[in-house]
Amino acid sequence: MKRTSPLSSRNISLALLGIVFVLLAILPQLTEAYIVVLLSDILKFIVLTVAWVIFAGPTGYISLASAAFYGVGLYTAAILNADMPFPLVVILAGVFCFIVALGVGALTLRLKGVYFTIFTFGLVQLLYYAVAEVERIATGKRGRFVSTENTETVYYAMFILTVLVLVTAVLIRRSRHGLALRSIGEYEQAAEHSGVNVIWTKVLVFAGSSVFMGMAGAIVATRRAYIDPGIAFDLNVTFMPVLMAILGGMTNLIGPVIGAAVFAYLGEFLLTRLPDLYMLVFGAVMVLAILFFPQGLWGLLAQGWSKLRGGRRAPA
Amino acid sequence: MHLLEGQGVTRQFGGLTAVSDVDFYVDQGEIVGLIGPNGAGKTTLFNLISAALKPKPGKIFYKERDITPLPAYKICRMGIARTFQTVKIFPNVPVLRNVMVGSLFGTGRRISSAEAQSKAEEALEFVELSSVKDLPAGDLTLAQQKRLELARALASDPELLLLDELMAGLTPTEVTEAMEAITQIRSRGVTVVMIEHVMQAIMKISDRIIVLDYGKKIAEGTPAEMAANPQVIEVYLGEECDA
Repeated sequence: MKRTSPLSSRNISLALLGIVFVLLAILPQLTEAYIVVLLSDILKFIVLTVAWVIFAGPTGYISLASAAFYGVGLYTAAILNADMPFPLVVILAGVFCFIVALGVGALTLRLKGVYFTIFTFGLVQLLYYAVAEVERIATGKRGRFVSTENTETVYYAMFILTVLVLVTAVLIRRSRHGLALRSIGEYEQAAEHSGVNVIWTKVLVFAGSSVFMGMAGAIVATRRAYIDPGIAFDLNVTFMPVLMAILGGMTNLIGPVIGAAVFAYLGEFLLTRLPDLYMLVFGAVMVLAILFFPQGLWGLLAQGWSKLRGGRRAPA
Repeated sequence: MHLLEGQGVTRQFGGLTAVSDVDFYVDQGEIVGLIGPNGAGKTTLFNLISAALKPKPGKIFYKERDITPLPAYKICRMGIARTFQTVKIFPNVPVLRNVMVGSLFGTGRRISSAEAQSKAEEALEFVELSSVKDLPAGDLTLAQQKRLELARALASDPELLLLDELMAGLTPTEVTEAMEAITQIRSRGVTVVMIEHVMQAIMKISDRIIVLDYGKKIAEGTPAEMAANPQVIEVYLGEECDA
């Protein structure tokens, strides 16, 4: 049997997690507005990264459609937030994304490997041009103004969404659907012949995870005040969560959270201090991280931890 | 009524007819051996029954229901489980969880996690892998991985079990154990169709043997009849082989 000492790494992580959440919940009362805005941005990347990992982590299907769902969220808020209560707008953004993702998933999840990846990438481009064209015909303008919410509302909305995405991710991992997803990632054909409805499982979880991306987009829109197709369907939104997940480590959920937090902060830091060298330094850090910490930041931390404790926990 | 019946089952790959107009049946409680030289279409026939592939043309009936259009996961849930010639396990998942995929999703009814786990443990007990149930499946030996596949198939409560070269690469002792296991599985009421190259095994435990060659069914009957059939002898001894 496993020993459960009060200092087991699991209990320590849970305690740390609790402290972090309490701090995040009371933070706007304690600090200046800039920090609140910065933290909203970091939380946004955590939501996008964890939502992406919910599907990609166990199945190994690399989706590049995050920006598409995020953009649908932004446009939902731009069109509806002036006339509807903010929470309802966020929920509707999630519903729209779910519907779009169901359709996309049903079409594409029969595709395997790189074909799926390319199709999801194409979806972002497709929506970009489709929305730009519809706007040109319908309104004659490129962008839209969004009815805004104050910094604190945006922060708390993102905080709640972060908690929701983490809880959902943990529940799925522990449920039978988690095992089904895992078996699909390990050997899809064997999973199917063992009774797993692979297509439905993939489509449902893909669509479910897209809900959080859309909601994040809707929340962000109310802070930006103005959006256009270039902002909404920004490919950075597709690639950053993938990189953050890989850099954080994908063997559990803490890795993607750490990856998103560290690299969102690093990005902000570089952008404000070294605007000319931002991408250069950021790129170099990523290359080095992938070369030297293939298990991600979390893998590195876990290794360090096991050394500290006399190597009783051999790294997997 | 036959448990499983195929009518005119055919499948081509490009210009090659892998399975050609094969009629076959399997009755409840039988052990049926499916033999033939390499490339005769045995595994393709298994793939057609388990819906990894669709027959074109041809129909397959299970308990008199046409199952040709059904997807693979439904075939499994209806009670047809299979193992693979080259093992297809979930290597980074613990052995017990591998088997639980079968018991959670393959039985065709809603099942609690606790029940799925006890079913999986029972299946692992049967194939004698209980001692390694917490190891990642990829750490097992090949012979153990084959037993793991058998356990995963059994955990889905099959009525018909398709075994694709379960005994290939096993030592003589392991072959004897595997024969024992198959006989026990049948005595629990599970019908078995097995592809096998280990002749003494298949001759000993099969009730009936179907012989395929170049995609066609060339003979069918009891092991004794097949051993005396000149056509079967020719195929196996390679007389005037023009391949």
